[in-house]
Amino acid sequence: MLTLTHFLILSFLLFSIGVAGVLLRRNIIIILMSLELIFNSANIALAAFSYFLKGLNGMVFVVFNITVAAAEVAIGLAILVAVYRNRKTVNVDELGDMKG
Amino acid sequence: MEQIPFFIFAAIAVLSAIGVISVKNAVHGAFYLMITLLQVAAIFILLRSPFLAAVQVFIYVGAVMVLFLFAVMVLDIGKEELRETFNQQGVIAIPAVLVMLALIGYMIIGGKVLAPAGNLTDDVLIGNSTEVLGKELYTKYLFPFEVVSILLLIALVGAIVLVMKDRKR
Repeated sequence: MLTLTHFLILSFLLFSIGVAGVLLRRNIIIILMSLELIFNSANIALAAFSYFLKGLNGMVFVVFNITVAAAEVAIGLAILVAVYRNRKTVNVDELGDMKG
Repeated sequence: MEQIPFFIFAAIAVLSAIGVISVKNAVHGAFYLMITLLQVAAIFILLRSPFLAAVQVFIYVGAVMVLFLFAVMVLDIGKEELRETFNQQGVIAIPAVLVMLALIGYMIIGGKVLAPAGNLTDDVLIGNSTEVLGKELYTKYLFPFEVVSILLLIALVGAIVLVMKDRKR
């Protein structure tokens, strides 16, 4: 029998892997992919709560979440293209100009 | 017996997620991410949400991954492969992630769900959750729906403006 805990643990494993990717990688495209992993882990948790609590709010929220993630990827990749055009690098360690 | 498919999907999802953050080539990472997203769609099927699974496949595997591969192709980052993959903050980052894993894992296993259950019957959840979801989306959640559509419009215009070359100079 599958319980809520199964899905929450899977969601949290994917979340941790995404956070580790954001913290550890240097390639900004891989960092954006790790952000997608984090979005997906949140979606799994919301859909699991929706199913196990027998309500629809979580599923509606997943639909909105996927929409926002699509907008985020479009803007993120546009910024990436603009940065690459000026700086010719995708390495985040070389993009530290705004660091105080 | 839903456990065996669940564990298969979960194992493939976690392994390919580890693949995403550990490969050198961004194209390989994109394909690993595609495998993970497909497994998440299968998990949505196990949660009796066929609409979410279809949306996941269409938007993530269809649109978002094509956008990623397109960006990798346009930017021509093949020459970045040979550089060092990971940055220098692993000594701090890995223990931080492990501590977070332990803490929230403890909370998930020891926690108890106190939220009140909704009124959907199993019949609705298994049979026509898509129909119920659509009705809710256009009645109760109409305002968030409109706000999200405006957000998509802003993202569309913003992405075009960001990548447009400056014509004045």
